[in-house]
Amino acid sequence: MATQGGHGTARRQMTGLRGLERRTKVGACILAVLVLVALFAPVIAPHNPEAISGNLVLGAPDAAHPFGSDALGRDVLSRVMFAFRVSLAVAAGSVVLALIIGTAIGLTAGYFGGWVDTLLMRPIEMLLALPALLLAVSLIAIVGPGSLVATLAIAIIYLPIIARVVRGSALVVSAQPYVEAARARGSSHPATMLRHVLPNAAPPALVQASVLMGFALQIEAALSFLGLGAQPPTSSLGLMLSDGRDVLSQAPWVEVFPGLAIAVTVLAFNLFGDGLRGRLDPGRATR
Amino acid sequence: MNARLRFTSLRIALTVPVLLLMSVFVFMMIHLVPGDPVRTMLGFRATPANVRQVTSSLGLDKPLPQQYLDWLGSALHGDLGQDYISHESLTHLLAQSLPVTLELTLVSMTLAVLVGIPLGVQAATGRRWVRRLTEGFVVAGISIPDFWLGIMLVLLFTGTLGLLPPSGYVPFTQDPALNLRYMLLPVVTLAVAETAYILRTTRGAMEEVLDRPFITYLQAKGVRRFTLMFRHALRNASVPIATVIGIQFGVLLGGAIVVETLFALPGVGRLVVTAINQRNYPVVQAGVLAIAALFLLVNLITDLVIGLLDPRVADGAGQ
Repeated sequence: MATQGGHGTARRQMTGLRGLERRTKVGACILAVLVLVALFAPVIAPHNPEAISGNLVLGAPDAAHPFGSDALGRDVLSRVMFAFRVSLAVAAGSVVLALIIGTAIGLTAGYFGGWVDTLLMRPIEMLLALPALLLAVSLIAIVGPGSLVATLAIAIIYLPIIARVVRGSALVVSAQPYVEAARARGSSHPATMLRHVLPNAAPPALVQASVLMGFALQIEAALSFLGLGAQPPTSSLGLMLSDGRDVLSQAPWVEVFPGLAIAVTVLAFNLFGDGLRGRLDPGRATR
Repeated sequence: MNARLRFTSLRIALTVPVLLLMSVFVFMMIHLVPGDPVRTMLGFRATPANVRQVTSSLGLDKPLPQQYLDWLGSALHGDLGQDYISHESLTHLLAQSLPVTLELTLVSMTLAVLVGIPLGVQAATGRRWVRRLTEGFVVAGISIPDFWLGIMLVLLFTGTLGLLPPSGYVPFTQDPALNLRYMLLPVVTLAVAETAYILRTTRGAMEEVLDRPFITYLQAKGVRRFTLMFRHALRNASVPIATVIGIQFGVLLGGAIVVETLFALPGVGRLVVTAINQRNYPVVQAGVLAIAALFLLVNLITDLVIGLLDPRVADGAGQ
């Protein structure tokens, strides 16, 4: 791969890299702001997100309520902040879960190879034979709706993706001389895996995880929108979108802002993840 | 030719075990429901007599392996059982809803391919502002949740402009023009993200191919730009593009679940969501099986097409 291309590739990689640097920074900045908003929502939210007000029903955006108010006169900005916490928690929870289990499986499969690899990876790859959202919907059909189930369902969707990425790099890393040297020095299999293989095989999975975070937020929103994710009174961005649909023609702001919040967050995760991926492996930046 | 035949038959043979495993998963769905699925299904109507009747009509009182074989046997004969609420045949329900989902996904994908590939070629070769513009489209298309985009389109085209109906469905065979009017917004909603992915992949693959020596040679030979791009470069860039189209079809089928619900299209996705909310497990099973089988079929076709586009793939698999 690297030998193909000559000048053109080298030139593009340089400009590409510079572009990606800025992207990563922009993504990181937006993410930092969003995470702070989520963490400090109770402090910075201008109003109580549950406070109902008769004379503010479907009020248009103004100085006191920049995002307007909804069908019950609740402040949309404050509700977006609190819903964002729930959505982000589901997304982060599912990705962390997938990262832990997926890394364990991928690392073991890639390190040992052979029949261990086949035994671990084949069943997991079967999960990829179903469209992701269909898999999530099927799992929720079995267990019943809710935020926790949605978290688990998204984690199961992502598990094979993470496991594959880790397995791939663990396979390469395990063949390196320093791993053999560690083994020759008498380091046990678990110690070698954790101390020598994992640190070198993990970065691609972490980059993958940052991109998956954005999509987890989208899937959570879709599930809640269908009534299969967060259940009232818990509010998530998807649930807000589902409520906003009923008053779309009278008060579009109830619908517009939660959607924008999702779009901006996914965008930030993508910029951040793509930039990181470009740094890590310029050849794969476009995939 | 021999290698290609072997590749094709091998690939088709590999689909069978996946399909069987998937059928086990779908079959097990109802058994994995915590507690007694029949009581959950019936809710407040769960009198002992009702529970007994539904249990025996679903065959849940038989041993598990026999239940599976019975279910699989009748499914292979085109009988998927009955909707326990409306007592309609599930095969009939699918026959009604599958064409809607197929129309929605196929038209969306066609639109995404027709727009995404030429734009991707332009993005790889065009001027700076073209690159910028397509880059912006890709980022926005991937980040915006499809169903929210759909709602915004409804707001614009039916609310503000009053041009299109907000939701509903008429079969194509009944009134083609009205069918297209109803399908336009759902199709566009689904197609935007797909277009972005196809554009991005095309751009990446084209950039790589355009760096190869044979392109320089053809340029030096004086081959016209259009022929160079679409006949020589795109042909060589086609494998990753076809791969992404195949993968994205799965995303599209998932997206159809949401978009059908949003626009009240009577497709398989909406069938499944409604059935989940009614705890109507047989319908959920039939719908999930239909979408999963469709996805498997698309994966199979994609792999076979890739074998045709790049004979090395078929050769490699045949050895």
